[in-house]
Amino acid sequence: MEYIIIILSAILVNNIVLTQFLGICPFLGVSKKIETAVGMTGAVAFVMVLATIVTFLIQHYVLNPLNVGYLQTITFILIIASLVQLVEIILKKVSPALYQALGVFLPLITTNCAILGVAILVIQKDFNLMEGVVYATANAVGFGLALIIFAGIREHLEMQNVPKGLKGVPIALITAGILAMAFMGFSGIV
Amino acid sequence: MNQWKNFSKGFIKENPVFILLLGMCPTLGTTGSAINGLGMGLATTFVLVMSNLVISLIKNLIPDKVRIPAFIVVIATFVTIVQMVMQAYLPSLYESLGLFIPLIVVNCIVLGRAEAFASKNSIFSSIIDGVGIGLGFAFALTVLGSVRELLGSGKIFNLNVYPEQYGMLIFILAPGAFIALGFLIAIINRLNKSKA
Repeated sequence: MEYIIIILSAILVNNIVLTQFLGICPFLGVSKKIETAVGMTGAVAFVMVLATIVTFLIQHYVLNPLNVGYLQTITFILIIASLVQLVEIILKKVSPALYQALGVFLPLITTNCAILGVAILVIQKDFNLMEGVVYATANAVGFGLALIIFAGIREHLEMQNVPKGLKGVPIALITAGILAMAFMGFSGIV
Repeated sequence: MNQWKNFSKGFIKENPVFILLLGMCPTLGTTGSAINGLGMGLATTFVLVMSNLVISLIKNLIPDKVRIPAFIVVIATFVTIVQMVMQAYLPSLYESLGLFIPLIVVNCIVLGRAEAFASKNSIFSSIIDGVGIGLGFAFALTVLGSVRELLGSGKIFNLNVYPEQYGMLIFILAPGAFIALGFLIAIINRLNKSKA
């Protein structure tokens, strides 16, 4: 039951993009086509879950026993950066097909605040490892859901007659605002 | 390079938020009120200036291949300093900015300036560049925060402008952030076009 609450709240109620404002850069940057949106979602999901597991273990077995909690930010960002590199190298060797699909998005992920944000949130919310993994997975799904819906809308938006000043990013932001409003409708369910 | 131009470019011509569209997460996430926006902007400015200073000092010592991780370590150090100082002296602001303080590390503006400017220019012009871009960012966040606070609750910087019950609450909530920023960028695009 707890897991269901974590999942619903992460995907719908506190959607990582539309209510927590994490990962806005890829949300605006790669949402012009559904295919790239799907690729980005895959890469983010992969790294987010992996990063959450590794940072959780580091926090509880290295930082806490040594009493150096203030090194959290610096350690986590280094872990994520090296993890992304590692994933890139391994994928290239093991599964060239998957690398073809996700490769372009991987370097962008280091500066995706959703990854670092989720890693820190898992520690702040005092989850155990299993809850942390579920939370990270649900957040990745929430990210994908928002990104893919948004990409679908933007594909249609391309063909519409938009006022000159609003073309491009402004109309995309306003669309995202309306999408966020739709997600607010879920706020009562958990 | 003309230092005044170097300083002032961050405000309008190369404003990181309105023109370059960088650092969107803190822009949207911390501008529920003008004070929060200003606080976030100034915290980022401090990190930006200090990391620009240090990176331009050590730019010749860092091998080219590991420069990005090295930059990240420098930036993360200053973010941790900001985090600790804020927690000690401005606990209420620290609470309301929350997660977005450690997330300054992944703000693309900071890393972008380190890579594009501080690693190539002299110490003095790197500091000026940091101050200019940082204040431009703070300015943008304060404007967006003021607009949202005014429309949402009838206040600016907690000063009443009109009675609160006429405010549109949606502008303080998440959707209002997207919509307000969308219209602000549209207005600025329009003004820039008519000038050119």
